[in-house]
Amino acid sequence: MSERISVEIVTKVARLARLDLTPEEIDRTTAQLSGMLEHFADIDALQLDDVEPMAQPYPLDNVFRDDVIVDGLDRDEVLAAAPAAEDGRFRVPPIIGLDV
Amino acid sequence: MSDALEIAAAVRAGSLKAADVVEQHLAAIDGREPEIHAFNLVMVEQARERAAAIDAMVAAGNDPGPLAGVPVALKDNMCTRGVPTTCSSKILDGWKPPYDATIVTKLADAGAVVIGKTNLDEFAMGSSTENSAFGPTRNPHDTSRVPGGSSGGSAAAVAAGFASIGLGSDTGGSIRQPAALCGVVGVKPTYGYVSRYGLIAFASSLDQIGPLTNTVADSALMLDVIGGHDPMDSTSIPVAHPSLLDAIGEGVEGMRVGRITDLPEGADPDVLERTELAFDALREAGAKIVDVEVPAFTFGLTAYYLIAPAEASSNLARYDGVRYGLRVEAPDTNAMYGVTRAAGFGDEVKRRVMLGTYALSAGYYDAYYGKALKVRRLIHDEFERAYQHADVLLTPASPSVAFPFGAKGDNPLAMYLCDVYTIPANLSGHPGMSVPFGTGADGLPVGVQVLAGTLCEPQMFRAAAALERAAR
Repeated sequence: MSERISVEIVTKVARLARLDLTPEEIDRTTAQLSGMLEHFADIDALQLDDVEPMAQPYPLDNVFRDDVIVDGLDRDEVLAAAPAAEDGRFRVPPIIGLDV
Repeated sequence: MSDALEIAAAVRAGSLKAADVVEQHLAAIDGREPEIHAFNLVMVEQARERAAAIDAMVAAGNDPGPLAGVPVALKDNMCTRGVPTTCSSKILDGWKPPYDATIVTKLADAGAVVIGKTNLDEFAMGSSTENSAFGPTRNPHDTSRVPGGSSGGSAAAVAAGFASIGLGSDTGGSIRQPAALCGVVGVKPTYGYVSRYGLIAFASSLDQIGPLTNTVADSALMLDVIGGHDPMDSTSIPVAHPSLLDAIGEGVEGMRVGRITDLPEGADPDVLERTELAFDALREAGAKIVDVEVPAFTFGLTAYYLIAPAEASSNLARYDGVRYGLRVEAPDTNAMYGVTRAAGFGDEVKRRVMLGTYALSAGYYDAYYGKALKVRRLIHDEFERAYQHADVLLTPASPSVAFPFGAKGDNPLAMYLCDVYTIPANLSGHPGMSVPFGTGADGLPVGVQVLAGTLCEPQMFRAAAALERAAR
């Protein structure tokens, strides 16, 4: 688990995370993640083969509510908080059609 | 008068005006807020209007509720409809939520007066409130030191008399550690005790809302108001909670108080000494001290710093410049995401998003996130066994008293170690609280942590109340 983390891996992770990090940030993040992962190797010593993973602390099965119609959020109020809106929808830059 | 129980009783009886209570707290804010910076926003006009409405209710013979006229400071990661909610992040600067958090609705129904939104480490990631995009909060006991974090603004607001009660959120110690450093009571209830609807998510399986108060009784009062099932939060526990205010009168005669014999080292001598005195105090009050072992306690830090960033990297994906907050324009949507998030998030948030994305990415998932979930189970099960022998456990809340600004330097791990004693309860889901128990180095407050089993808040509060009586 204590595989060395590299600038290449960090660059790829930044792309997955949609974070445009500067080269300086990539270098710093590489060094800091490397230090953390070294510390986190402490759990490698534990025998965990028979341990069930625990994703959340209080065991609740699927939770349903009665199928009753309730008011949703006010559309104008929601769109007023958006960076850009048009015709009752969120407005974004082009998604396809650009040579990128 | 600053205790919520006293304020509410007097306002309900008509012997104290909610308007006067608000003015008293606004005057305290005028006096020291420029130096402390507990708030991102002081809601002067809204608080005055609300207080006037409460006084009118009382005058008309109606009861405003158990928090009548009590000034409450909300951590700025709790949604307030039409009122800016920033998470102390540039990416949400100026955003006005279109709905109220469930706790905000419950506070209103109970007659409370929201006096402002408090500062925090950006998206609640930190232990000093130094990571706020709007500047740090200072500790009212010594302004050259941090108030702890991430709920440092709420802790400082209560310690400085700006609010009678603060609400915070605790993902790895973010209520209990600042409470300890600011000398106030801070409670992280059982996971699912309080609805998280409208609490801006950091790590959803760990986050829990709780109070910061001057007294144990005020925390009980607040939890009695905000606790309970909420259809809007499917992880809120569907049971009725017994009154904690009723529980605290019962004392600790015969209670089994556990000492964790293999607790991780690293606490300062002054903190350890106060913790020992806390054991003595409970023994003198009639409790029995027993030894328990929680060998995996020490692995909590690693499990937490894999699980919490993993969940955060997923939760914070929603800040993409489309639906709310900051957008940095770019020629296409994908480019816009990258530049918006780079401009909007601070260093610590970026670091955790990176760590979490890495821990979840193909090829590393099993080695990191998957393994951390198993350690989480181990810790949970060991605590469950400990609670078969002990009703509550005592530990330090923080390894040290409040530290100076910049003391943790650029080493993220040094800051993460601040939460070594608080993190396990978030992983296991069990409740925990910090109770002020005298002073340590430089006359600064020390907090002792009381831990208890799932939904065993009544026992936890009984022990906390006994410690409070002993400390006085």
